[in-house]
Amino acid sequence: MKNKHLDAIYNGLLRENPIFVLMLGMCPTLAVTTSAINGAGMGISTTVVLILSNMLIAALRKIIPDGVRMPAYIVVVATFVTLVDFIMEAFTYSLYQSLGLYIPLIVVNCIILGRAEAYASKNTVTMSACDGIGMGLGFTVALVILGLVREFLGAGTAFGITIYEASAVFEPISIITKAPGAFLVLAMLSALQNKLKMKSATNGVNGGEEKGCASDCESCGGECH
Amino acid sequence: MGELIIIAITAALLSNVVLSQFLGICSFLGVSTKTDVAVGMGGAVVFVITVASAVAYFLYLLLDALGITYLDTIVFILVIAALVQIVESFFKKYVPSLYKALGVYLPLITTNCAVLGVALTNVQNKYNFWQSVVCGFGTAFGYLIAIVILAGIRERNANNDVPTPFKGSPIVMITAALMAMAFFGFANLAI
Repeated sequence: MKNKHLDAIYNGLLRENPIFVLMLGMCPTLAVTTSAINGAGMGISTTVVLILSNMLIAALRKIIPDGVRMPAYIVVVATFVTLVDFIMEAFTYSLYQSLGLYIPLIVVNCIILGRAEAYASKNTVTMSACDGIGMGLGFTVALVILGLVREFLGAGTAFGITIYEASAVFEPISIITKAPGAFLVLAMLSALQNKLKMKSATNGVNGGEEKGCASDCESCGGECH
Repeated sequence: MGELIIIAITAALLSNVVLSQFLGICSFLGVSTKTDVAVGMGGAVVFVITVASAVAYFLYLLLDALGITYLDTIVFILVIAALVQIVESFFKKYVPSLYKALGVYLPLITTNCAVLGVALTNVQNKYNFWQSVVCGFGTAFGYLIAIVILAGIRERNANNDVPTPFKGSPIVMITAALMAMAFFGFANLAI
């Protein structure tokens, strides 16, 4: 990868995938991946907010005083989230209803504030936009994969199309689309990553736990002291 | 009165904030290694969410009077962030003992999506003042129950022989999955 813009996108998509590698933004990840379409909807709306807020924060990076940068970032992010909320209510109403509360909650998604703090506040507008595209795509792809697995195992469908019917041999495991299934599928996925020795925040015997968003809220963009 | 009790039980057990709504997962997985720490975090969350629900109620009345309710997300998140700071400074000055117990956890709560989640749920359900406060308290109490149980199980799990790939966060998430299944049982509570 010679092109630095492409590299920024590639970085978010694979090398530092927000969900599988950084383990950020777990709340929407677990909540909305009941189906692939919900996952895609959440991923795309988060991507839009991420790109726009990254660009605006990068443009304002020399104007925002250091002491009040967190509240300033929150206002920028919340403004774009409100816009996305209204656009979805107007044009994709059924998706808007199934995502419900989780659209306004994009404001507190660790990925967005985390990238604002870690990337957009230090880089140019174009580079920050590319970072937003990469991170957003990585988030979307991860949500769609999780949604697809849960939908396939739990309801026997993929993107709403029936793949197999319940039979004597295999019946869809409906609990996978419910709350416990979210934890279970993600646990299996991280275990698989550990087994294959893939790079992830959960890798390592115990050390990995410290990298979660809660215990390391600096990277999460929280107001830590 | 009966209605308030139903709201509290529904918020705490039937639709548990962590195990069925997935709010506050970050701190739920991150700050649940020791029981006493989990109790501290849970206590701080109960306090902040209850106060934030009350404040958000009056704030929404103000927004409604001005006809700018579409700004609710922005206003709520900023007020919650400011509120946490104020609560922290207040405790530090006037109730140092409580500050010592909860102080470390207070800044973490700003990024806890459960706080914003409860404030927005109250608005969506058009709750009145007491309903909002009770719903906030119930939700936060549900968080306290869940994080303390998880911390208890994790303390016992620490000495168990967990298969290598499952060490770290996978086993915690499996524990959470089993807890979520157990909390499904509350769905049969006849209310």
